[in-house]
Amino acid sequence: MADLSRRNLLRWTAMAPLAGATMAVAGKVGKPLVEPTVSDLARQRLQQLHLPNVPLVTHEGKKVMFYDDLIQGKVVTLNFFFAKCDEVCPLVTANLAKVQKLLGADLGTKLFMYSFTLKPEEDDVDAIRRYREMHHARPGWTFLTGKLEDLEKIRKGIGFTYPDPKIDGDKTQHIGNVRYGNEPLMLWGSCPGMARTQFVAESISWMIRPEGNSGPGAL
Amino acid sequence: MYYNVFGEKVSKRRFKEMCDAAKNRRELIAAGLTSRRDLFKMGLLTASGMLVAKSGLSARAYGQTQTNQPPSSGQNTSPGTNQNCVPGNQTASPPTRAFIQALPIMPIARTVAALNPAPRENPNIGAGEVRSAPFQAPQIDATRFPVIPSILYKMNQRQFTTSQSPDLPLQTMWGFDDNSGRGTHSPGYTYQAHYGSPQLTRNTNSLPLVTQKNNTGFGFPSVTTHLHNAHNPSESDGNPCDFYANGHFCDQYYPNVLAGFNSDHAPNGDINESLGTLWYHDHRVDFTSQNTYKGLVGFYCLFNQLDTGDEGTGFHLPSFPQFDIPLAFNDKVYDPLTGQLVFDLFNLDGILGDKFLVNGVVQPFLQVQPRRYRFRLLDTGPSRFYEFFLTDKNNLSATNPYWLISTDGNLLPNPIQVTSTRIGPAERVDVIIDFSKFAGKTIYLENRLLQLNGQGPAAVDSQLFAQNSANTECALVLNDPTKGAIKPAGAGDFLLQFRVSGTPVHDGSVDPATNPTFYQLPDTNAEARIVRTFKFDRLNGQWSINGQFMDCGIGNSGFSETFRFAVRQNSSEQWLLTNLSGDWTHPLHIHLEEHRILSRNRVAPTVPTDLGRKDVTQVHPNERVQLFFRFRDWLGKYPIHCHNVVHEDHAMMALWHVVPPGQEDNILVP
Repeated sequence: MADLSRRNLLRWTAMAPLAGATMAVAGKVGKPLVEPTVSDLARQRLQQLHLPNVPLVTHEGKKVMFYDDLIQGKVVTLNFFFAKCDEVCPLVTANLAKVQKLLGADLGTKLFMYSFTLKPEEDDVDAIRRYREMHHARPGWTFLTGKLEDLEKIRKGIGFTYPDPKIDGDKTQHIGNVRYGNEPLMLWGSCPGMARTQFVAESISWMIRPEGNSGPGAL
Repeated sequence: MYYNVFGEKVSKRRFKEMCDAAKNRRELIAAGLTSRRDLFKMGLLTASGMLVAKSGLSARAYGQTQTNQPPSSGQNTSPGTNQNCVPGNQTASPPTRAFIQALPIMPIARTVAALNPAPRENPNIGAGEVRSAPFQAPQIDATRFPVIPSILYKMNQRQFTTSQSPDLPLQTMWGFDDNSGRGTHSPGYTYQAHYGSPQLTRNTNSLPLVTQKNNTGFGFPSVTTHLHNAHNPSESDGNPCDFYANGHFCDQYYPNVLAGFNSDHAPNGDINESLGTLWYHDHRVDFTSQNTYKGLVGFYCLFNQLDTGDEGTGFHLPSFPQFDIPLAFNDKVYDPLTGQLVFDLFNLDGILGDKFLVNGVVQPFLQVQPRRYRFRLLDTGPSRFYEFFLTDKNNLSATNPYWLISTDGNLLPNPIQVTSTRIGPAERVDVIIDFSKFAGKTIYLENRLLQLNGQGPAAVDSQLFAQNSANTECALVLNDPTKGAIKPAGAGDFLLQFRVSGTPVHDGSVDPATNPTFYQLPDTNAEARIVRTFKFDRLNGQWSINGQFMDCGIGNSGFSETFRFAVRQNSSEQWLLTNLSGDWTHPLHIHLEEHRILSRNRVAPTVPTDLGRKDVTQVHPNERVQLFFRFRDWLGKYPIHCHNVVHEDHAMMALWHVVPPGQEDNILVP
């Protein structure tokens, strides 16, 4: 903290375009009420680099902003699918459908699940709603579409990419991971969407109750 | 045709921009315009810390899939960007000066007189202990291995602040406190352990509960400490699934006993299985990369009657700790605006930093005497491979050989003279450097291995670079493209500066040139009970072993189903590690016993670091490596996993267990 001069922080808040929206302790842009801490800045950087505040549409046709409405202050899971995918997506989505049952009352209250289409040109609101119904998603599990460029920003932001652009562009090889996180606490991890259902649910629960968890071999 | 450093075609105009960018950056540095304030003033730095894309002058922030080579540290000021000709996507830590701080040497851990409550054979759950099973060692021999051995350590994992460079603000890290009143350190206190002297460490999680205020952006305060790669009973191994929360502890019994003590070399074990350079680190499933990056690593040096730590006795290796120095290497990224350590939480491939740390500080120097030293080099990751050369900046054409004496902590039969050694994450080499020939000089430990991303060392087509070689600003020279790209002497990453005193001194250590003999390699003649095949692959971005993913299970009832196969206690096996994942190199680690590399793609190994006993083996793209194992003495659960910890955290791990005869299985592809 020693080198974090007030001037630097003022400059930060003034120059960062999204600062006002995300800095919990700051007032209006350029006029922080309290100097942001290292943690505040780290959280803001995570948002800026990884969690773009792009517009999306839910399976109910509701317009939302990715960071503001879906992520900020929440415990979440993020994954990608497309409705006509016949390889990895049905397995992952079917697994998550089982995971949601294990999450019980936490889903929709302490935890929110989000699935994003990779092919918004095919997956309009109706398509993702039907896909969602087919998998018997419970309240708290939202399916989303939007503009391809915005969805790509999210995909790249959360690291669901390959270094080889050819593979990265091949949607049949898309990343089948489930990203889980606790946004305010800056805890993020991921697990394979095709891992054993109980272990996926267990991993997600670490984010819901980060204060205390001990391994299965332990207690 | 013009190419960038990733081998992608670029236009002539872009190529020129790239060269100009490198030149601009150097000019800025030469002009002393390296502070953020200066760059802001000139409008060259954006708020996000990226250099403005102007005339090709650009650098991207951390958090992208492709990071680039770090600062060429031959400069006194490392600018945080590459000196080579690269596309506009370098990482961009703030500038730091090199070689202005002394190498920290980790203090030796001190014992405690007693632990309260006293350790128990069965886990003391009521007191908050988290251990999966009773101690095995006292059940084998309660006289040799008493439940409460005379050597006790109390280690607490704590959060603390420390300086990693005078040019950066204080950093919030996690480290180890041995309760001697000397504070918390990262790397942690070095254990000085001895064969024949069992010991017990109480590892207590005293990290703060995670809150919005005390999290600096990464790390999960839930831990399990693995002693890599001791011949340890499974309940004390620090299994990734045996993690525990704040306020809990685990008593870990380290018998310090040779493999074979309870089987083929009873009662004392096989002297040729002696271990020397071990390390301990957090192994929390799915969060190991973050937690080790945040500091939870340390050394464990194990001595015996031959490798004594005293150059007047035994093998006469340089005396510990004065002339026998552990060196932990890692690479990190700092936020260009705040100077705070950052970690890319959203990366699946592997993470590279643009700042090089040794023993917890950026590019230190070490004052040495003109004599032989033993260094124990450890790559703590997360994902970088190193190839270590000795470089004299005033004589870049000189070859400066040194001696390799140990691989993964296991002394070789004899020293091998080398000009470089390559290690990947979690691998160790012990080397002897004789500074007498450098008396009065300054020399450097230089990493000349080119690595562009988490895939491993770059396998770059030398043709690409030959085409660019007309422009020396942008050229990279490949000595041997089959072995990865080695940068020219002086163009690599300067990691550590040795300032060699000119005053001659007595050297009582053995001269490796006399070809001293250490241990013999244990034979690999035993018939393998079974040959198992492991395929390491990427399935839809998910790292897998034989198409399956890491699974800790839930609850005791769920745990047993997570074991992928069962090894018969005191048997031999061969494992075939097959890497199908294209361009990736996986450093694969197997717990419990050291292994031998029998072949790579059916050819016996020839590289010096492949010749000895190992516990991490690099498996290169499209390679099948054949390993020989014995599984002796202990029972219970152990993992096999990739030690590129980002891969490990994304499920490239499998649990197996050692079982009594009659309960083993014959699964060929687990």
